[in-house]
Amino acid sequence: MSINLQALSAQLLVGLINGSFYALLSLGLAVIFGMLNIINFAHGAVYMMGAFAAYFLLNLAGIGYWPALILAPLAVGLFGMVMERTMLKWIANLDHLYGLLLTFGLALIIQGVFQNYFGSSGLPYAIPDALKGGMNLGFMFLPIYRGWVVIFSLVVCIATWFLIERTRLGAYLRAATENPTLVRAFGINVPLMITLTYGLGVGLAALAGVLSAPINQVRPLMGADLIIVVFAVVVIGGMGSIMGSIITGFALGIIEGLTKYFYPEASNTVVFVLMVLVLLVKPSGLTGRAA
Amino acid sequence: MKKVVSTSLLGFALMMSASSLAFAQDKTAKIGVLNDQSGLYADVTGVGSTLAAQMAVEDSGLAAKGWKIEVVVGDHQNKPDIGVNIVRQWFDRDKVDVIVDVPTSSVGLAVNNVVKEKNGVYLNSGSGTSDLSNAQCSPNTIHWAYDTYQLANGTGSAMVKSGGDTWFFLTADYAFGSALERDTTNAVTAMGGKVLGSVRPPLNTADFSSFLLQAQTSKAKVIGLANAGGDTINSIKQASEFGIIKGGQKLAGLLMFISDVHALGLPVAQGLSFTETFYWDLNDGTRSFSKRFQERMKNKAMPTTVQAGVYSSLIHYFKTLDAMGGNSHDGLKIVDKMKATPTDDIIFGKGTIQPNGRKLHPAYLFEVKKPEESKGPWDYYKLVATIPADQAFTPLDKSACPLLKKT
Repeated sequence: MSINLQALSAQLLVGLINGSFYALLSLGLAVIFGMLNIINFAHGAVYMMGAFAAYFLLNLAGIGYWPALILAPLAVGLFGMVMERTMLKWIANLDHLYGLLLTFGLALIIQGVFQNYFGSSGLPYAIPDALKGGMNLGFMFLPIYRGWVVIFSLVVCIATWFLIERTRLGAYLRAATENPTLVRAFGINVPLMITLTYGLGVGLAALAGVLSAPINQVRPLMGADLIIVVFAVVVIGGMGSIMGSIITGFALGIIEGLTKYFYPEASNTVVFVLMVLVLLVKPSGLTGRAA
Repeated sequence: MKKVVSTSLLGFALMMSASSLAFAQDKTAKIGVLNDQSGLYADVTGVGSTLAAQMAVEDSGLAAKGWKIEVVVGDHQNKPDIGVNIVRQWFDRDKVDVIVDVPTSSVGLAVNNVVKEKNGVYLNSGSGTSDLSNAQCSPNTIHWAYDTYQLANGTGSAMVKSGGDTWFFLTADYAFGSALERDTTNAVTAMGGKVLGSVRPPLNTADFSSFLLQAQTSKAKVIGLANAGGDTINSIKQASEFGIIKGGQKLAGLLMFISDVHALGLPVAQGLSFTETFYWDLNDGTRSFSKRFQERMKNKAMPTTVQAGVYSSLIHYFKTLDAMGGNSHDGLKIVDKMKATPTDDIIFGKGTIQPNGRKLHPAYLFEVKKPEESKGPWDYYKLVATIPADQAFTPLDKSACPLLKKT
């Protein structure tokens, strides 16, 4: 096979775009797992809800893309917090398996309800006017919206990492996961913090949903298709590692993009092959600390 | 000894009369609707096909003549093994007589073999692959609504005629996609066109940008989308995002359904041309059926070609049963009789069934209206050309069906 350098660099860029979705989603998963010890299988469903929230804001209330970028994650984040307070809280001290099963069940219910009302083909959501069109980079035609997605999600990822690893609030949070009783003794409201963290993780997923609404159809199953890949990303990066999940997200997007160029038939499986390889060599993931 | 003979004769006579009685009076039929109830083809087939089957039962008028007809539904999740399991259970345990719908060609072909083995009736409206009436044809099968040859022939020839003589394919990586690519390639090269290449994304892909970029760099005049349902929607949407249409390349949606156009919205879908055998706004018959259908659909959708096909195929099946006076549960016999009877219904009008199991009716080349041309929701298509029934499908002398060699 002759390698066309132009086409190759285009694929790399496209991979980076997909990678930013993986990064945003796996970041939320990592935050939730790291701080709450919950394997959040409802992540795909809240991602889908984010996209639907943007659709409803536009079509029912006439609120466009830019406000939706803030409002939709807030609304879905609130929903997540309610979910945490009413359900997840009660199983916090049980085995991981319970959280997994509960969130998985919730995801199925949420998806089922949306599918019942909106079918499987999905609803259209237009690209905001300011980001329409594209530019010719010489080696490829880059839609401006996709460029925006990469830059925006990179900023969000780094901000989240900074919040958790470098601020006082983040330090409380990390301390609370290590020893909640002790942190409570310092007068910090740990349950509230946990709820807010879950809201943050869910909000990140909803944000990714809003970002993807103009690219993909707003479909009830959009999250279910993506979540499995994102879990593989988290496992490769190491459960609970913030930086690890960001870097792996972007890296796997690129690897997938290359596969789409060299052997497209395998593009849906390459992530899982990598996951198996990583688990064989380093069971805790690339950046994970051994348990 | 004499007594023994007479009693056994009496018993024999009783048995004879009992069995002939059963034959004359067996007025039951069980319909199995097998399709994708929740995945990417759920809007094309799904609950709409179930509704179409129920409407066919009601419209057949058989209940008034003392018939008992039951409809059961199965979700094959687009997986051949699941489909085959359901069908086996239906035949062995639930005594289902006829399987209808069955989208996803890989499942459609797998089910084809089981129905033949169990001597049932198979009226497929959901699968695209033209193999169902070619190399894989079966005496128990009628391929009803559309097929890849007809799609390729209609859209492929029309595109080449209007100047699109170089092609690049985006092909869904399974039986249907490759059949569609093969049939379209034949149609394009027969008209003097050239295929520059193809790429095969897996079924149910969310992001087509990599594949679209490859299509873009190929510089082909036409990008043929040999995929269906959600895959087609995503590839068309993203093609407009990457400026493929603005760059002068044309998209050919080789299999489009009205549910896809509805999901895309006219601003994105306008100008696409493709072939279908059914559209709700074709004539009074299709309009009356579609309006009734729409009222009963939860999401108020118009019927797709597949759903209309399910209705049409069952109407003909019920007509045949009625003419035979009872259900013999003998698939071969019923399908033979169905083939011998000309078809006539409000969906496809008058038609015939070829000996290889291909149902014939006209096909239509449509173009999607511009937003300003549309008078309201679901007013989406402009009729460009009608392809008569005898030219729309594989000609018999080109069919590779082994059934044809016997005669």
